[in-house]
Amino acid sequence: MTFDIALWLGQDGVTNGAIYALLALALLLVFTVTRVIFVPQGEFISYAALSLALLQAGRMPGTVYVLVIGGLVAALFDGVIAVRAGAWRRLPRIVLVYLVLPLLMAAITWWAVPQKLALGWQVLIVLGLVVPLGPILYRVAYQPLASASVLVLFIVSMAAHYVLTGLGLVFFGGEGLRAPPFSDFQLKLGVLTISAQSMLVVAATLVIMVLLWLLFGRSIYGKALRATAINRTGARLVGIPTGLSGSLSFTLAAFIGAVSGVLIAPITTIYYDTGFLIGLKGFVGAILGGMGSYPLAALGALSLGLLESFSSFWASAYKEVIVFTIIIPVLVWRSLTSHHAVEDEEE
Amino acid sequence: MRPKPAFAAFLSFMAVAPLLVPEFHVTLLNYIGLATLVTLGLVVLTGVVGLISFGQQAFVGLAAYTTAVMTTVWGISPWVTLPVALLFTLVAAMILGAIILRLSGHYLALTTIAWAIAAYYLFGKFELLGQYNGIANLPALSIFGWKLDTGAKSYYLIWVVTTAALVAAHNLLDSRSGRAIRALRFRGVMAESFGVNTAALKYLLFIYAALLAGISGWLYAHFLRLVSPGAFGVNAGIDYLFMAVIGGATQVWGAVLGATILTLLKEWLQDLLPKLFGQTGNYEIVVFGLLVLVLLHRARNGLLPVLARFLPPGPPLRIASDAAPLARRSPPAPGATLLEVRAAQKRFGGLLAVDRLSFEQKSGEILGLIGPNGAGKSTMFNLVTGVLRCDGGEILFRGERIEHLPSRDIARLGICRTFQHVNLIGNMTVLENAAIGAHLRGKQGTLAAMLRLERDEDARLLAEAAMQLKRVGLGAHLASPAGSLALGQQRVVEIARALCADPLLLLLDEPAAGLRYAEKAALADLLRKLRDEGMTILLVEHDMDFVMGLVDRLVVMDFGAKLAQGIPAEIQADAKVLQAYLGGVA
Repeated sequence: MTFDIALWLGQDGVTNGAIYALLALALLLVFTVTRVIFVPQGEFISYAALSLALLQAGRMPGTVYVLVIGGLVAALFDGVIAVRAGAWRRLPRIVLVYLVLPLLMAAITWWAVPQKLALGWQVLIVLGLVVPLGPILYRVAYQPLASASVLVLFIVSMAAHYVLTGLGLVFFGGEGLRAPPFSDFQLKLGVLTISAQSMLVVAATLVIMVLLWLLFGRSIYGKALRATAINRTGARLVGIPTGLSGSLSFTLAAFIGAVSGVLIAPITTIYYDTGFLIGLKGFVGAILGGMGSYPLAALGALSLGLLESFSSFWASAYKEVIVFTIIIPVLVWRSLTSHHAVEDEEE
Repeated sequence: MRPKPAFAAFLSFMAVAPLLVPEFHVTLLNYIGLATLVTLGLVVLTGVVGLISFGQQAFVGLAAYTTAVMTTVWGISPWVTLPVALLFTLVAAMILGAIILRLSGHYLALTTIAWAIAAYYLFGKFELLGQYNGIANLPALSIFGWKLDTGAKSYYLIWVVTTAALVAAHNLLDSRSGRAIRALRFRGVMAESFGVNTAALKYLLFIYAALLAGISGWLYAHFLRLVSPGAFGVNAGIDYLFMAVIGGATQVWGAVLGATILTLLKEWLQDLLPKLFGQTGNYEIVVFGLLVLVLLHRARNGLLPVLARFLPPGPPLRIASDAAPLARRSPPAPGATLLEVRAAQKRFGGLLAVDRLSFEQKSGEILGLIGPNGAGKSTMFNLVTGVLRCDGGEILFRGERIEHLPSRDIARLGICRTFQHVNLIGNMTVLENAAIGAHLRGKQGTLAAMLRLERDEDARLLAEAAMQLKRVGLGAHLASPAGSLALGQQRVVEIARALCADPLLLLLDEPAAGLRYAEKAALADLLRKLRDEGMTILLVEHDMDFVMGLVDRLVVMDFGAKLAQGIPAEIQADAKVLQAYLGGVA
């Protein structure tokens, strides 16, 4: 391997690693706040990437239908509860949030498709379509089981993954799509050529990390999320609605998933089920970092990106095998160093 | 419990099924049988024990590829490759299990997905394994020259194996080991305190589930006579887990139900949906996902319990009253020192929960350990029972140091306990709950249980449990689910369970908490009766009235240290005790 190739692989690894790091942060956030292993994160990546590619091609993204259907189901869930409780005054808000907003988003998209808007506007539309899926998914699939054990919630995640992947196939079809690059600009640094896309990915990752840091450190919502993560019961006792914390963390996760999807849309061809593997790599990154600390999770994800990139050079056929078995030595180390007490699952 | 008529109906249906339905449906039944084997492992592993695996198809694939390579490339007989395939599965499961089972459950679930993906790519890349095309033209099995080269011929082999596995699993769960297994998910701490090595048992069951998957893989390879990576993708593993969830992951027969529903549904949907959407694809996963979501929200235990309501009830409880009684320990001489605590210390961060506490207990006495809230009583209790480890000091039982032992070894010495928060398995009968206490008095393991070679011993264990339940006055409730009893009765079941272990020292953690007046009086009578029969009892308690009328001697704790000790009358007159409890002498 020459120095040039190493640099090039390094750049590739950092670009991918930055995306894995974003995902690892989102997954860790959802896990600590809600105890959900958020496998369906991967579908948000696919949805966002495919939506962007379709918008750029002047076609209607199927995400619109998923959003409207999801909103309808969520409205039905909340509506039935409100009607049974006789709380008629809650209905206008339910209708507004779960029915009017998704339909408005659908109308905007329908109007925007033939307009061939600038990239920035298209990205905004994609975010508007994908991000609301986070809280809707939380409301429909997870909230009714919020007090269930980690393992039951894990099965819920796998079921939600099935539903969303299947719907992806229904609405996007089986073909893969790739968005055109955001910019053809390339920065030449000696032997190294850095693409605008790579720089954008790294910059976006850094910006989101800073935003998350500000959110958690400075805002009352961020503090509520941290409180819920540390102690659910305690958080509830001091008046933090833990349902809201769940909804908020899913919104953040969907936002990060959507941004990741937008960022990789021009880098690689995305199929309806590609996001699953990418999301799992975010998990591998988070596990490498110990599933407890945000900086370590980001670091773990970054190393995973580099590992993946270099193993694609040395043993390209076994790239996925290496990426997914790397957690085993890490788990061995963890299981040897952690003190294991007998744990009982909550009934 | 399996209703006999339902089982007979199942057997007769399965025996004639291939004669009644067309070949294509027999093939479907074969797929159901193969899936049932894998799902059965998951029912035990996930539903009963609470360990989730999405990676069982990797074991199926490992066994299938092992036999495929050995039979096609090297021309070895499938009957020789069976043990080899199972050995490979065993080794893989032993290594993976050793790594992962020590970590919390969600690591296992995530890791299983990771290894499933890795296995899928490995199967697809190796030249020896035929890469993504796989290996074709495997030999059909033949039994005494009779070639199983059609679906209908394979059918009987697949279903004989599957039925045998179902019956064995059913037997296993209804045994000494089975009662311990059923305690693992929600009551591991309790099981440990009665001598169950929960980590070893989980490891064993992880391997058991992998081996069932391995058997399924070997059968699959020679029934289909084609092995390719597509069959062992991530979704196959998710499907198996969903089969367990849909059928009912807490009961053996849920595996059959789940495998049947999902296999048939898949067949039907794979036919229907691509026509509906105009292109090929695995659209059925939407339906599977929705089905699982609805079930988790509406019927967490799957469909079998819903259907079981329409079946006749199981056979009534049989207790062999003529079973030979179990061997008992030789009791220590009355008045000999049984338990000795010397300067025991326990620190939680900056808090000294137990501060150089010393006391001793003589055989045959009831000793009360009392103190205000937060005095360190429960911590002291946990030090004696091995749930917590001392930071300093010694604890001796019959002159032997025990402070370094895990709770299951302490139980072995004859120290048995009850729990402050009732720790029974709600859906298991009172009799079986009590029998867990006798775990260490039996020896027969899982294999003997599957083959029903331990009926003698099991009858003796259950007879002991029945006797102890009658001794504490619960003889009328043997067959009731433990969860259906009143709290006071549940506490008494806890005592009966501890008695089943033939203890020398009985430790009771706040046994009167939450009881009504009459229940407390009955409990006090019971404890007096036990003492009169020679039992030594250490009681941690809050309720002064209850303690004062019952114990022989008291040790009073405050802020982790010993405040006073003596007979109840002395303690009641002790100024320091009154100060601690009432905040000053009036």
